[in-house]
Amino acid sequence: MSKPIAVAMSGGVDSSVVAGLLHSRGEAVIGLTMQLWNQRRLPELQSDKATGRCCSLDDVYDARGVAQLLGIPYYVLNFEDRFEQQVVKPFVSEYLAGRTPIPCTLCNNFIKFDQFLDMAEGVGAEQIATGHYAQIRHNAESGRWEMLRGVDHSKDQTYFLFGLTQDQLSRTLFPLGGMQKSAVRELAAQLGIPTASKPDSQEICFVPNGDYAGFIAAYSKEQGIAPPDATGEFVTPDGEVLGEHEGVHRFTVGQRRGLGIAAGEPLYVISTEPATQRVTIGRNDELLRTGMRVADINWISIAEPSEPIRAEVKIRNRHNAAPATITGKEVVFDEPQRALTPGQAAVFYRGELVLGGGWIE
Amino acid sequence: MQRYYFDHNATTPVSREALEAMLPAFTEIYGNASSIHHFGQAARHLLDEARKQVADALGASAEEIVFTSGGTESDNLALLGGAAGGHLVTTAIEHPAVLQTAGRLAGWSCVPVGPSGVVDPDDVRKALKSDTALISVMHANNELGTIQPLAEIVKLGVPVHADGVQALGKIPVNVRELGVAMYSISGHKVGAPKGIGALYVRKGTKLKARQFGGRHERERRAGTENVAGAVALARAMQTHVDTEALRDRLEHAVLRDIPDAHVNAAGSPRIPNTTNIRFDGIDSDALLIALDLRGFAVSSGAACSSGAPEPSHVLLAIGLTREQARSSIRFSLGRGNTADQVDALVGALAESVTHLRKLSPAYV
Repeated sequence: MSKPIAVAMSGGVDSSVVAGLLHSRGEAVIGLTMQLWNQRRLPELQSDKATGRCCSLDDVYDARGVAQLLGIPYYVLNFEDRFEQQVVKPFVSEYLAGRTPIPCTLCNNFIKFDQFLDMAEGVGAEQIATGHYAQIRHNAESGRWEMLRGVDHSKDQTYFLFGLTQDQLSRTLFPLGGMQKSAVRELAAQLGIPTASKPDSQEICFVPNGDYAGFIAAYSKEQGIAPPDATGEFVTPDGEVLGEHEGVHRFTVGQRRGLGIAAGEPLYVISTEPATQRVTIGRNDELLRTGMRVADINWISIAEPSEPIRAEVKIRNRHNAAPATITGKEVVFDEPQRALTPGQAAVFYRGELVLGGGWIE
Repeated sequence: MQRYYFDHNATTPVSREALEAMLPAFTEIYGNASSIHHFGQAARHLLDEARKQVADALGASAEEIVFTSGGTESDNLALLGGAAGGHLVTTAIEHPAVLQTAGRLAGWSCVPVGPSGVVDPDDVRKALKSDTALISVMHANNELGTIQPLAEIVKLGVPVHADGVQALGKIPVNVRELGVAMYSISGHKVGAPKGIGALYVRKGTKLKARQFGGRHERERRAGTENVAGAVALARAMQTHVDTEALRDRLEHAVLRDIPDAHVNAAGSPRIPNTTNIRFDGIDSDALLIALDLRGFAVSSGAACSSGAPEPSHVLLAIGLTREQARSSIRFSLGRGNTADQVDALVGALAESVTHLRKLSPAYV
């Protein structure tokens, strides 16, 4: 019998279908759920209305239910310590430092494709499979593992997967990468998976209702970290003071809502400066930039290029990748782009192929 | 796949004798033991016999036995009913059934326990207050197997409750000789089914009921009596399982065949079926899963509500680091285990530990 495949099961539709699909192909499947964060931990964030959470007991029950339906071995893994160190703490400190971090990428890099992969190998699995919408293929000519966007572009998750190494890719399966989400839901119903109609998860899993500021305040309080300085000034690019705000960590580049400044035209956050607690705001066109530096670039489908290369570069998950020239760490767009946000990822594409990516400085 | 069970401190299979003894109480002698008619009297007779047998096995008298739903209820009743309004002294290595209940009392103190896994009676004495109504110390620890010095703690002059769930059936238990005021036992740890347990309450001990309804169990525990469970418990308590030789075989083989393995609390008096072994550089969750996939059931500490293992509070309490606690595995033997099974377990352990250590950055 072939070596078992460890499936990361969140209790949602996608990973449930992955388990069902591999099982129906006759693979030996082990279901594993990562317990990442205790949702009852921060008393300030408890409410009946909280949505978009991961790792709730219901999710574990759902995942276990699917495993029981399939008749596969199933275990819950406690990764809370590691998740807090590698994802939650950096998330909070990045926000307080005036950047807009992407915890999902950190989670992929340090938890799902690191600790989870190790655990899977430790218990005797040679490969892992997840419900990500992305594709992996081996290029015999270059000898490299390549990553391609998910066929369902509306669900494509490659923006969050740019940190995967060749070794990680070689041991990972994304069985849904070639499928449309609607087909996944149909398959879930066919396989009799009880979570077939469960809504997609949204937001950042450990932050209830997308309230970052509330999470940061509650976590800082628990950790005995002084709460972020509560006030600062809104200024124009010319330095004119327009009003007061309650801390730079509440604002992100490009944000329009919640500024509370009356003006004749829409105003946006142009930049934030934690040291002085200044938030610079201005017109939409003042957000446009042509160039940026990208740190810690990981090359996936191609080896690190020695010459400038052309690529389409995505600077937010919902951004339409824009043509640019990449020279070392420097990225220069053909056309100015709106809101280049420090802390977000820049991911490089060539058509469907994911070339690599890094962090916007 | 052939599967072997090395987790008898979690629960045990119902023994053939206990099962056969209890079956008539489901279908033939099914009356409510509190009913006046013949059916009720027949059930009452079974219950009275079972109570007498349980009492005899513990060295108590029948009226001192309160049947409960299990160890957790017995502990809850003992603490909430026996220390109500007063101060409780207990230890850091108790079962959650005691520790979580203690937190609901007016006041309580938790005595630390050192690397031996055995509480120092003098530390218990120092924790006593003028209003201390009860001391609660387990007879044997569920994770380490360490036996606590109840006789010396009893000498402190304060009523003592002992959680005897893991001691029963593994070492001799005589509540009169121990001198305790209350003693909790659980059926499913000794070959009776889940859902039956008992609390020994020494004559003269003040105990307030904690659940209310009919006047069952001498008004100490309301609820229709679980006659079948009581019969099974009584029958199961007639049997003593000796697994000391097998446990020693396991320990010796592990220490001989696997480098950097350590028995936690090795030098202390322990119940003869339990060993808790630390494998340096190993994540015990991974080892547990790897062993389970090979057919061997072991334990790595208590599971939280989601089923995800958490580092054992007992191992942390006796001074192990978080990492050491997370590299420890509990093996608890029972009736069905054989020398061949132990040898197979050691072989699987050696392979899995070697494999996991190859992947472990923490182990070089």
